[in-house]
Amino acid sequence: MNDESVWIVIITLGIGTYLIRYSFLGILGGRQLPEWLLRHLRYVPVAVLPGLIAPLVVWPTATGGSPDPARLAAAGVALLIGAWFRSTLGAIFGGMAALYLVQYYWI
Amino acid sequence: MNKQKPTEPTTKSHYYWQGFRAGAPFILVVAPFGLLFGVVATEAGMDIVQTMAMTVLVIAGAAQFAAVQLLVENAPVYVAILTGLAVNMRMAMYSASMAPHIGSTAGWKRIIAAYFLVDQSYAASIRQYEDVPEMKPSEKLAFFFGTISPICFPWYLFTYIGVKVGAAIPPEYALDFAVPITFIALVAPSLRSLPHLAAAFVSVAVSLSLAWLPYNLWLMIAAVLAMMTGAYIEKHTVITA
Repeated sequence: MNDESVWIVIITLGIGTYLIRYSFLGILGGRQLPEWLLRHLRYVPVAVLPGLIAPLVVWPTATGGSPDPARLAAAGVALLIGAWFRSTLGAIFGGMAALYLVQYYWI
Repeated sequence: MNKQKPTEPTTKSHYYWQGFRAGAPFILVVAPFGLLFGVVATEAGMDIVQTMAMTVLVIAGAAQFAAVQLLVENAPVYVAILTGLAVNMRMAMYSASMAPHIGSTAGWKRIIAAYFLVDQSYAASIRQYEDVPEMKPSEKLAFFFGTISPICFPWYLFTYIGVKVGAAIPPEYALDFAVPITFIALVAPSLRSLPHLAAAFVSVAVSLSLAWLPYNLWLMIAAVLAMMTGAYIEKHTVITA
């Protein structure tokens, strides 16, 4: 790859990404959105984030895309701890602990 | 006689630090992810100025990895740009979702806030806004700026360390998986109602079954269908006491 194309990508992607982030926040401002739209927006976190990570859990890049018992167990443990105790840190540490335990004992 | 300090800044700093604490766990994601990006970009042949410029200007890990990967494969420049933008389209939804909360704050503050609207700061802030809806827009903004401090600045720092250290991180540490784990940890506590559960389920099911689509299209489709599911169930569920 040459320097020129790297810089074009960096600058264009930087500006484009900024405009995506600014879009609604900048244009809508404090205007009241209709109730039906707000009702949809309430589900943005649970609609985007699980879909974003599901393929990473099932087909991890680190294993060349094949399902890995340690990573599946880690995701399950994090999900259960997070949902049950409503604790983010607990879920992170529980999940990573499960990952290392299964990785270590799974021959 | 000493005058009491006005209470306003105290309150805002209170929310700033509350946000800081909410964002702090994400150092666990940002550190390995940033480190990894520094290593990968350097191995791809980018110099330190290019790597840091990308990390500061784009400030979106997944899109940065995708763009670098395509540059390495000698894909056309416009393909690398469009793929990166497609990966980041989800942020338009974050932007719309934040607007009802901080949209009424001063324009220049929103210009700054928009730059820092990353997955982690969004996830940590929106959870707080849902848990404590009575917060004022200025307090919500202070909270948001609190969340970005332990997220965005370590992102730059660890990218830099990744470039400098250079050596590959031992794969046994499975640091790649800190990213999914942390997002699960953040979303799981909000799976508290049927519409939330159903939306998350649809999101996962659709993204897995459409994962073969290019340019992260699967994510946009999954997100839209999941939002519609959540909103539909919310509207048609009779809440029984």
